[in-house]
Amino acid sequence: MSILIRRDTTVIIQGITGREAVNLTREGLDYGTKIVGGVTPGRAGRDVYGVPVYDCVRDITSRTRIDGSIITVPPRFTRDAVFEAIEAGVKLLVVVTERIPRGEVAQMVELARLRGARIIGPNCLGILSPDEAKMGGLGGPAVNVRRAFTKGPIGVMSRSGGMTTEIANTLSAAGLGQSTAVSIGGDAIIGSTYAELMPLFEEDADTKAIVIYSEPGGRMEAELADWVREHRSRLPIVAFMAGRFMDEMPGMRFGHAGTIVEGRADTTADKIERMKAAGISVAERIEDIPALVKERLKGH
Amino acid sequence: MRLYEYEAKALFARHGAPLLKGRVAKTPAEARDAAAEIGGPTVLKSQVLTGGRMKAGGVKFAETPPEAEVAATAILALEIKGQKPRGVLVEQRAPVAKEFFAAVTWDGRRKLPVVVFSDMGGIDIEEVAEKHPEHVSRTHLSTLLPFSPHRAKEAIAAVGISGDDLTRLTPIVATLIEVFLRYDLTLAEINPLGKLQDGRFLVLDGHVDLEGDARDKHAKLLADLGVGKDETREARPPTPFEIRGAQVDASDHRGVAGNVKEFDGDLGLIIGAGGGSLTLFDAIRKHGGRPANYCEIGGNPSVKKTCELTRLILSKPGVKKIAVMMNVVSNTRVDIVARGVIKGCIESGKKPAETIATFRIPGAWEDDGFKILRKYGVDYCDRKISMYEAAGRAVAKMKAA
Repeated sequence: MSILIRRDTTVIIQGITGREAVNLTREGLDYGTKIVGGVTPGRAGRDVYGVPVYDCVRDITSRTRIDGSIITVPPRFTRDAVFEAIEAGVKLLVVVTERIPRGEVAQMVELARLRGARIIGPNCLGILSPDEAKMGGLGGPAVNVRRAFTKGPIGVMSRSGGMTTEIANTLSAAGLGQSTAVSIGGDAIIGSTYAELMPLFEEDADTKAIVIYSEPGGRMEAELADWVREHRSRLPIVAFMAGRFMDEMPGMRFGHAGTIVEGRADTTADKIERMKAAGISVAERIEDIPALVKERLKGH
Repeated sequence: MRLYEYEAKALFARHGAPLLKGRVAKTPAEARDAAAEIGGPTVLKSQVLTGGRMKAGGVKFAETPPEAEVAATAILALEIKGQKPRGVLVEQRAPVAKEFFAAVTWDGRRKLPVVVFSDMGGIDIEEVAEKHPEHVSRTHLSTLLPFSPHRAKEAIAAVGISGDDLTRLTPIVATLIEVFLRYDLTLAEINPLGKLQDGRFLVLDGHVDLEGDARDKHAKLLADLGVGKDETREARPPTPFEIRGAQVDASDHRGVAGNVKEFDGDLGLIIGAGGGSLTLFDAIRKHGGRPANYCEIGGNPSVKKTCELTRLILSKPGVKKIAVMMNVVSNTRVDIVARGVIKGCIESGKKPAETIATFRIPGAWEDDGFKILRKYGVDYCDRKISMYEAAGRAVAKMKAA
């Protein structure tokens, strides 16, 4: 199976008439995703590749069940778009937009918690369950997706959208398909962290192992290490840590917004230590990941 | 983005937090005038974006205006951790009876703002939290409910403070919280928050970090505080090379050629995007390579933008070769990047085949891209070659050259 999205997941796109959103619509439809509507205020009555456009999310949810929304609107309108979808009863929000101040992200997260909704992102490429569906730009056009992603037992979570595809491609080349790949987002505060997605993979019988891509900044890796220890996870985890050079350059900005090391946050060396102590294997190079996964799967 | 102490204090003062009399001076003469205006003993503090000023000699005391002038002369000439001071803050000196700590920051795990308060201020709060946990309180705030000052009161009362101290501290901590929430700050700190011998409370030092992504949203505040639009406020100011990199990125809205950072190596890098750049930069260094720069290309940069970035990097003294590498791309078009870097080499008067150490960008439109690279005899890798191997190939070529 997969987590979060499947073939029958119904999806809308907020901001569907934007340049990037039009691409996402095309890619999603080509991959078989059920994109049943789009929202751009004032553009009701149009269509994007046959997908009808509405003014409000409720115009769609009042007629049909909507499982998820891809939100790709400019940063200053994003919070409102997310609130609109949550209040209309949508439970899965993929926020593609980047450069949203974290105070506004925190507000989205707090409302999602109140309403029992889940946010992926912001600043992410979305979710992809191979041969099922995809929400967001992950993997690009369907033809490119099929070259890099294959169905199988590995759950992938990554703070970098591009590296999600790189890792899926490496796994696929080694015969290790993916159950679901999630680009969780590159910001300091995101809707769903590794530890928050682990229970979903844990419940998915077809997922046998997890691969994560991590970066400097934040406490997300420490949180994952704690979760693994507290929950005695059945899933072996292999991690790759990028940006090790940043340990030597505090106060400089590289990579995603979330990689900025603030206060006494973990260095990459600290993060690696913590993960290893919790039984997570840490790969030195991307190409070492498949062998580590296979080795860990042997013990299970 | 960090504010200088004098800017942080100006921000607090706008919202009613009580400060000592003082102002920032750019010259020793201005410092003398400021001291004369204040009257009585003063303290002079170097305005740099780093801690440890006291230890470095960046804080001095003066009894008279001429003494303040002498102290300011020394402070203005003193570099602290590689930073020249922006000025010297001349402040009234007040007899402090006790020091407190108040800060608001983000709790990344709870994804909520947290107020950290302690009655043991002035020293390292992490150390206090470790050794005297009962002297540090943590109070989380809702981002949806309107802020109400009782949360500030609770944060203070939680470390055992009552009486006049509680009622006097509450509005100051409430102001700190309001400023944090209103301006998208990532840190608002008053340390020390001093209690004077006469019972009044004052902001003695302040630290404010504003979120980079919220700069546009608060452009007016930053203009009022005198923060320039081009000030990055990173650990070091941008070099002319980096400023030109930003200009290349701004010259064309298509795609990103962002975050160009200068290093002192000889291998030019055209790499992307966020995560790919971090991974590749590590790989180059692990192979013993010496990067001349860091950058993050992505989105779908135009031929012109990639060409300009290539020209900029090749113009850096000592750079003989460039490596063009990314993770498997889905939105960036391989053929467009290939065209851009080849054009950039030719316009720099260099042969692409000799200048491009290797090209490793697999993904969308790769067949067209590889065709162009073959035509110019440029070495390239498909997705079977890992990012790490490609980096090794580039470094080996540098060493052989």
